Amino acid sequence: MPAINFMHPDGKSDRIETSDSESAMQAATRHGLDGILAECGGNAMCATCHVYVDEDWLGRLPAIGDDEDALLDGTAAERLPNSRLSCQIVITPDLDGLVLRLPERQV
Amino acid sequence: MSASGSPATSGPSGIPHLDVDPFAMNFFADPYPTHELLREAGPVVYLDKWNVYGVARYAEVHAVLNDPATFCSSRGVGLSDFKKETPWRPPSLILEADPPAHTRTRAVLSKVLSPTVMKQVRDRFTAAADERVDMLLEQRSFDAISDLAEAYPLSIFPDALGLKPEGREHLIPYASVVFNAFGPPNQLRQDAIERSAPHQAYVTEQCQRENLAPGGFGACIHARVDEGEITAAEAPLLVRSLLSAGLDTTVNGIGAAVYCLARFPDQWQRLRGDLTLARNAFEEAVRFESPVQTFFRTTTREVELSGATIGEGEKVLMFLAAANRDPRRWDKPDSYDITRRTSGHVGFGSGIHMCVGQLVARLEGEVMLTALARRVARIEITGEPNRRFNNTLRGLDSLPVTITPA
Ligand code: HEM
Ligand code: FES
Repeated sequence: MPAINFMHPDGKSDRIETSDSESAMQAATRHGLDGILAECGGNAMCATCHVYVDEDWLGRLPAIGDDEDALLDGTAAERLPNSRLSCQIVITPDLDGLVLRLPERQV
Repeated sequence: MSASGSPATSGPSGIPHLDVDPFAMNFFADPYPTHELLREAGPVVYLDKWNVYGVARYAEVHAVLNDPATFCSSRGVGLSDFKKETPWRPPSLILEADPPAHTRTRAVLSKVLSPTVMKQVRDRFTAAADERVDMLLEQRSFDAISDLAEAYPLSIFPDALGLKPEGREHLIPYASVVFNAFGPPNQLRQDAIERSAPHQAYVTEQCQRENLAPGGFGACIHARVDEGEITAAEAPLLVRSLLSAGLDTTVNGIGAAVYCLARFPDQWQRLRGDLTLARNAFEEAVRFESPVQTFFRTTTREVELSGATIGEGEKVLMFLAAANRDPRRWDKPDSYDITRRTSGHVGFGSGIHMCVGQLVARLEGEVMLTALARRVARIEITGEPNRRFNNTLRGLDSLPVTITPA
């Protein structure tokens, strides 16, 4: 199963094993990772699963949907060009090693 | 067959039939043993009293919520089947709609209640919460339902919508009718609908464009007509959705949170020690008490769900509250823990109909609990709390408390 890396604002990082076609958010919450709240449970309605995608990986992710785009305008931490909602990133084998940076805050 | 030894007989299909009425007064007084019975009887049960299927385990409730093509909302999310009975009011364009119609109206309300809009109202909601706590600290002893759980949302939400000051006393009674009407034709529902005329007249009038102040949520909905996203005839009905679902729900949500924190002083002290827990303390109260207890769906085809076959056109009752305490999903489900990972609870639903006002509710809950925890050392319950009975909403009618300043 592919593994992904979450980088915390303080520089620490967590490597997390994903399981069958789950989202980056689901993998993070299943492992109790601090820094992803996911208040809406992955329904693309809350913007509390915000991540910054490492530039090297950005082009390999599926395109941003309209709902996601609108929600990203309301994230608690600044929206950057590499901002995504982790509940909308389904981890496929080609994303093994993906690097996601966590924002300072989710609410 | 059943965990608690209560009557559950198996029908020809193997689906356990239960003789319980989840809309009866004695059930509302203490629903938890029946929730357990429902969960343990099987993944899908049949309730003979109302001739409906029921799901009370987390997995099945979540599955039904997330398959709107099979489990539709357009035939009503109450017991009444809109295909067979005339609805008591014109159906909701969002709650009681399926894609693609739902997709369009949902997009409008999502925009009107987006995280960006929440940033704009946050300061106002916070100031009103602080003001409310000032008043309560002067009173010391008060009713945490009328003076807090109702007074606070009433002080901000109607203004945020842009409602006129006159007639607001109809808002909570109207919502109470709406949520009673999802239930079966019992006394609660009959009485509610019988007395609904003046509340309905008020609400219908306030949903008109000229009655909504500029800049409010209501005016923002009407502005979408100019963008061609909805018609002029649809806008008032979408405003109605916020009037129906936006006030009494948060009253019961905030009431639930205060009731939890008053009952579990260790959690109150934890919150006082770390105010950043306020938002999750509210969220956990929504899981723990589930202010919205149930909703129905109607099957659009014959479907197999966890081994049970359900025919077309059947009503399925989802016990959100039971799913939120399903031990298959939650560790120590019956304890209120403000540090719990609450993500995934179904107190706001799940899937395409998941509460479009969830951000408003969380904001209100967070700023109110923060204001309280900053200024109040102790909340003591000083008298017997009284329950308010409703076919869908769970909450208290009164909760006498005394607070001690920090
Ligand atoms: C603690 C407070 C609240 C709770 C527990 C709650 C609960 C729910 C639930 C369970 C649903 C799902 C209905 C379904 O699946 O059929 C829902 C939908 C809805 N809620 Fe809330 N709600 C709350 C606050 C609010 C607020 C503040 C608003 C408006 C500002 C609101 C407006 C709505 C609307 C319009 C829908 C229909 C959404 C759709 O069908 O797409 N709710 N709510
Ligand atoms: S979990 Fe809510 S938007 Fe991703």
